[in-house]
Order: sequence, then structure tokens, then C-alpha cells
Amino acid sequence: MSVGTLMRVPTSVNSRALRECVVGGRVSVHDVSIEFSGPRGVHRAVEHASLEIEPGEFVCLLGPTGCGKSTLLNSLAGFVRPTSGSVQIDGEEVLHPGPKRGMVFQHHSLFPWKTVRRNVAFGPMMAGLDREQSEERARRFLDLVGLSAFENHYPHMLSGGMQQRVGIARALANYPSVLLMDEPFGALDAQTRAMMQESLLALWSEFGNTVVFVTHDVDEAVFLGGRVIVMSASPGRLIADIRVPLPRPRDPAVLTAPEFIEIKRRCLGLIREETLKAFAQTNG
Amino acid sequence: MPTPQILQADSFDPALAASRAAPAPGARRPGTAARLLRLRHLGGRYLLRLASIAVGVIAWQLLSSHGVDFILNFQNLPGPIEVWHVFAQLLGQHVFYIDVAYSLRRIAIAFLLATVLGVGIGALMGRFRVVQDLVTPYVEVLRPIPAVAWIPLAILMLPTEESSIVFITFLGAFFPILINTVVGVGQTPRNLVLAARSLGAGNAAILWHVVLPSALPAITAGLAVGMGVAWFSLLAGEMISGQYGIGYFTWNAYSLVEYPQIIVGMLCIGGLGTLSTHLVRLATRPLLRWQGDKVGPAP
Repeated sequence: MSVGTLMRVPTSVNSRALRECVVGGRVSVHDVSIEFSGPRGVHRAVEHASLEIEPGEFVCLLGPTGCGKSTLLNSLAGFVRPTSGSVQIDGEEVLHPGPKRGMVFQHHSLFPWKTVRRNVAFGPMMAGLDREQSEERARRFLDLVGLSAFENHYPHMLSGGMQQRVGIARALANYPSVLLMDEPFGALDAQTRAMMQESLLALWSEFGNTVVFVTHDVDEAVFLGGRVIVMSASPGRLIADIRVPLPRPRDPAVLTAPEFIEIKRRCLGLIREETLKAFAQTNG
Repeated sequence: MPTPQILQADSFDPALAASRAAPAPGARRPGTAARLLRLRHLGGRYLLRLASIAVGVIAWQLLSSHGVDFILNFQNLPGPIEVWHVFAQLLGQHVFYIDVAYSLRRIAIAFLLATVLGVGIGALMGRFRVVQDLVTPYVEVLRPIPAVAWIPLAILMLPTEESSIVFITFLGAFFPILINTVVGVGQTPRNLVLAARSLGAGNAAILWHVVLPSALPAITAGLAVGMGVAWFSLLAGEMISGQYGIGYFTWNAYSLVEYPQIIVGMLCIGGLGTLSTHLVRLATRPLLRWQGDKVGPAP
């Protein structure tokens, strides 16, 4: 199956209309540390993280499990306030969650009691559109992810991949300037994941919004990202910022290109070192 | 090329090969067949229920007509035939309908009040820890008090007899609804609340679009239980009443030592209670359609 049939890429007329609505956001993470106080004392999840993301960039946060990459993403979303340092989007301090930053979670977080269409229409409704306008927009975004036929289904009737596509459509329907994704394809099987990755790139190239994508999968990070930020084992620090100069649009053939393999080797080396550290931490 | 053995079997057995080639008759419309099977299954289950009741009624008739006195004493107990005669007689008198109508009205008012207050206060308790801490002590102390114990206070504190009866019936329905709402609201998945926030929802929208729907299965279960307990408490409430109500009717029959009337009254309360509980289930079912068939007992 090609990308076109999985997520129908809009025609040029549509995409121009979409682009007018979306401007990528500039993300500035300045010396952010995040601590949680738990039963075993204070746990430092993120340590002195600083990061600049240009508007329209696709950045992957790569790190071993439990390194605090999701916590850092949650601070971008406004779910978690940094203990010190600041997170800014377009020069504005992030204090609360808001519709300018769309979030796609690891496990689908669709409202089970709303149909697929109502789920996608939720954001526009909250933005003050009336029901008719919201549902109209929901239909357009469902069409974009190729799920028009399922608009009246409830989430539990869909496969895992379809649920995540609805989740992406729902996040995009607010025209967010930044799309935050927390291992969104982690629970999918390998084939579906590969499809979803290509589809996501196709969508991103249409929207041009900034994407911050958290993953622990090196292939995924290098295939998707224009930049791969590698995080250390807990407490999470940003230890490498690797540019991925592979041309776009990318297709699966790139996975065997020598440049891809070279970057992957670098990432794997870093990740292996950190994973060993993380392993020693939890088992030592 | 070696062929897998399973495929070779066909060539030895022509009947098997034929059955594979052509679909079995009736297989073309599996939907209809499945529906028929389900219907027969359901019919069978209802037949079983009817048979169960029939056996009970026959046993009752035999026990009372023979005046069995072994642990339980059936000597003074009217049999089902006698009870039926009294019931048929009562159906011809319009005072019986007034009794039923009064009770239904009290149940309706009390249940509505209990639903509004139970879900409202329960949602606030589940959402805000302060409210929970403030209200829980009262709930813990008041909940175990049986409806009958409230009669003196209800008479003392409420302006009319009718309002005292409704109050006591309300108490019965209120607590199960309140407690189920608190539990349901407390189990709202955190992820869904975060998702709603990141889509621009405020507190009110989250309550309406996320918290309440998520608590709905628990709330509807509470409503069904509450309806049952409301009927249970109605009798206590109608002991106050000097005039009408099916509970009053039963209580009155007891004072006049009219045994068949007592049983008619009891069965009426049971029947109306079951009916109204079923109605609550029916009314709330469309709200739970989103659960699909993933919920419920496995076949």
C-alpha cells in the first residue's frame, strides 16, 4: 500500500488552504530541570536541558526507557512545570496545556464515549466553533488520515493504528503550531508502524508545523527526524544533537542508505552506553 | 515440489474436496442464522425463568393447602389462588389504583431528587478533595441508618406528611447513587483529562465531556440500585401516611390481619420495583452504547 491510500495526501488546493492556517512554532527550552518528590525522596527526571527548535523542524527525542524524555515533552505540553529553567514557545512561557500545542499520546487517549468524528471535532468545539463547523472540520481531517468511512464508529471498534490516526487528526484539527508526540507508534506492530511513519511525514510536509517526537527506537528517530536529540540515562540530560541530512521526502529505501546507517551507528553507540548505565542503575 | 500433507487429503476424499469447493447451504447468510440461534437461546432462557416461577407457585399452593408446618409454618398462609382472587377483586376497585398512583408519584419525585443531588454532590466530591473531606463524614454516619429510623425526625422536621414520605424514599435512593458517582468520577483516566486540556477544554467542559461520561457506567449502576432501595424505603415512608400508597395498603392490611392483602401488597411492591428498575436500565442503555460488547459477561 502506498502512502497515498493510507492517508490521502490533500491536493495542492487543499494543502494551500491548510498552510495558511499553520505556522510552525519556535520552541526554546532553557536550562530546564524537572524534579518529582516521591516516596524515596526527590527524583530528578530532567537535568539542565537546553534546546532550540526552529519553526517547522521535525525533532526526535531519543533515549533509553525511563530517561525522562516523556517528562521533558510533558513540560513542552504544559502538563508538568519545570522545577527550574523555562520553556517558551514563540517567545511565550508555557504555563498551562493549550490548543496551540497538539499532543498525541503513546496509548490512544480518544474519548471512548464519543464517535470518531466527535473526537476530532472536540478541539474546534472548545475553540468556540459551533457544532456544524466543528464537525465539518473533523470530516476534513478524517479525510486527511483516510478514515472518513469510520466517522460514526466508536474508538473501541478501530484497530490500534486507526486509533492513533484519529489521535493525530484530533491533535491537528486545532491547527497547532507545535505537534508533540509521545511514542505514538510504540504499541503498534512493525508493519503498521512503518506505514504510520511514512504517513506522518506526508502530513507534516503538508502542514509544516514543528514536531517534537519522543521515541526509544533508533530507526524511527533517524527515519523521521531532521534532528535527533539523544538523552542520557536518568537523570535525563541532552548528550547529543545529531543532524540528519537525508533528503526528503523519505521512503523506506532510505533505511539502507549508507548515510542513514552511519547516523544510526552513532545513535546506537550513544544509546547503548546510556542503556547500560540505566541497566546498572536499576539493577545495581 | 513436495506438497503439504493437509492439502493432499482432499484428493483421497472426494466428499471432503466437494465440501471445500462449495459453501455449505445456509452459510450464505450467517447473519440470519446467528440471529435465529440467539433468539432461540433467549427464548429458551425466558422459558426457563417462567418454569422456575411456575414451580415456585405450585409449591406455594401445595404447602399452604396442606398446611405444612415444618420449620416454616404455612397453616395460616393464603395460597396463590386465594391471593389471586383478592388481587382480581382489588383491580376492580379504583382505590387500589389511587394507592398505586400515589406510590408511583412519590417514587418519581424522590428518585429524581436523589438523581440530581446524588450525581451533583457525588461529582463534586469525586472532583474536589475539599468537598470530599467535608461531606464524607456525614455520608459515613448517615448512610447505615435504616429508613424506618428516620420516621420520627421526618415527621418532626418536614412541613407535610407527603414531604416526609418523599424524604424517606429519597434517602433510600440517594446514597447508592451518591456513592457510585463518587467512585465513577474518581476513576476518570488521567490521560483523557490531559488530552482534553491540551485540546483547549476548561474545567466545566472537562466535567461535562470527560468526567461525567467516564463515570456513567458506575452512575447508571447506582441508579438501578437506588431505584430498588427507593421502593424498599417507600414502605417505611408510607407507614406515616394515614391514607394512600401501596406501602400504606400493605401496612394497613397487616394491622387488619388481612393476609391475602398483605401478600398482594408485597408482590405489588416487588413487581413495581422490578419494573421501574428495568425502566431505569432501559433509559440509560443508549447512553452506554459506546461501550460496545467488550463489556459484560463472556458468552
